[in-house]
Amino acid sequence: MSANNDTISKTLIVTISLCVVCAVFVSAAAVGLKPLQLANKALDKKTNILAAANISDESKSVSELFDANVTAKVIDMQTGRWADGIDPATYDERKAAKDPARSVQLTAEQDLAGIKKHARYKTIYMVKDGDALKTLILPIHGKGLWSTLYGFMALEGDLNTVVGLGFYEHAETPGLGGEVDNPRWKGQWPGKQVYGANTENAAIALIKGTVDPNSKDAAHQIDGLAGATLTSNGVSNLVQFWLSENGYAPFLAKLRAGEV
Amino acid sequence: MSQMKDVITKPVLENNPIALQILGICSALAVTSSLKVAVVMSLAVIVVTAFSNLFIAAIRNHIPGNIRIIVQMTIIASLVIVVDQVLKAFAYELSKQLSVFVGLIITNCIVMGRAEAFAMKNPAGISFWDGIGNGLGYGAVLIFVGVVRELTGSGSLFGIEIFTLVTNGGWYVPNGLMLLPPSAFFVIGLMIWGLRTLKKNQVEAADFVMAPNTK
Repeated sequence: MSANNDTISKTLIVTISLCVVCAVFVSAAAVGLKPLQLANKALDKKTNILAAANISDESKSVSELFDANVTAKVIDMQTGRWADGIDPATYDERKAAKDPARSVQLTAEQDLAGIKKHARYKTIYMVKDGDALKTLILPIHGKGLWSTLYGFMALEGDLNTVVGLGFYEHAETPGLGGEVDNPRWKGQWPGKQVYGANTENAAIALIKGTVDPNSKDAAHQIDGLAGATLTSNGVSNLVQFWLSENGYAPFLAKLRAGEV
Repeated sequence: MSQMKDVITKPVLENNPIALQILGICSALAVTSSLKVAVVMSLAVIVVTAFSNLFIAAIRNHIPGNIRIIVQMTIIASLVIVVDQVLKAFAYELSKQLSVFVGLIITNCIVMGRAEAFAMKNPAGISFWDGIGNGLGYGAVLIFVGVVRELTGSGSLFGIEIFTLVTNGGWYVPNGLMLLPPSAFFVIGLMIWGLRTLKKNQVEAADFVMAPNTK
């Protein structure tokens, strides 16, 4: 290194040219790869929706299968009606949740899922069999131990029987709370009843240990995750929250009554 | 040619950045709970170390001494962002699992250590290979720890079941501790012990002598 490198002008020249070169390099990579990244994200979401709805066909691609079976629609969480003005293809729920004008603030008492607020309009997905609703896929999210879990819960046309449940984004401890991704654990959900005696409060919950199949509540119970009490509680709470009146209950009631 | 061979192979066993220099431990704890993630992380570090060494060595005669660390950081950070973007575009599932740890390659002591200790003094070509060598050294340890942790913690390798788990009707009760970060300390510690028993010249002289208790 020669001494003349340390002059002020040389330092400035090196700094500025380095910054310009690096900035161009980084921006080019970010902009150039963006379409691929967005496609990956969208595909990942579709894969998870199809998995929750239990639709699979090896011979078709995820996008084909999704487009052929699933319709996306936006609902207004407060009225429980369709929000026809919003295009589900371009609506960004997480962005809307951050905007006070387009989100619903939850009081500490209501906030079972630990999410503080949620978007007023949410995208739901439907699989139709002719005119009748075959499967309804609801996006759900809530706090576990370390992270917010994002996932989908699919219900049958009776709006009570579970078709499937899965999380596509979380950061729980691998091997403990991360077992929410275990196919064996997820395999318990199909066939369970989310509501018990009434449709105001969801009865479904994770319990400690293993479900006794002879128990009268077995239809509403799921095995807890061993060694992951807080993740298990989080999953129970978030499922119950989204099925409550602060969640999808107003919409489900309208749907049951055939009003939407 | 022999110098090139030296800079590539030496960091793997004889002068391993993790085992001998004890650098880059933090990410070795975080990303080794499954082998697949460990392999991708190793590749990312190899790429970043090699290219940061290359670029820094190429402009080493023009870097003003008083801002050299910042210049190195800028180059390293740019490379890391590009690697992160590429992973998100071409290996989305894996980039989800690696999450913040790719970004944290910026603070990986190995990358910066090689830039400062080797690339600032040597020509570009040999610096590039030094980066590859040190990345390989880091990768070798990550993969070793990854094999031990995934096999004992989940009974699988690359997600393919090797020991049938009790939960799947088999015999192996997975050791949950092995999936938690502290277990990497045990594995790396045991590995360093083994390595230093085999190669006595890696044992460091004690820095100080402990004085007896005063009465």
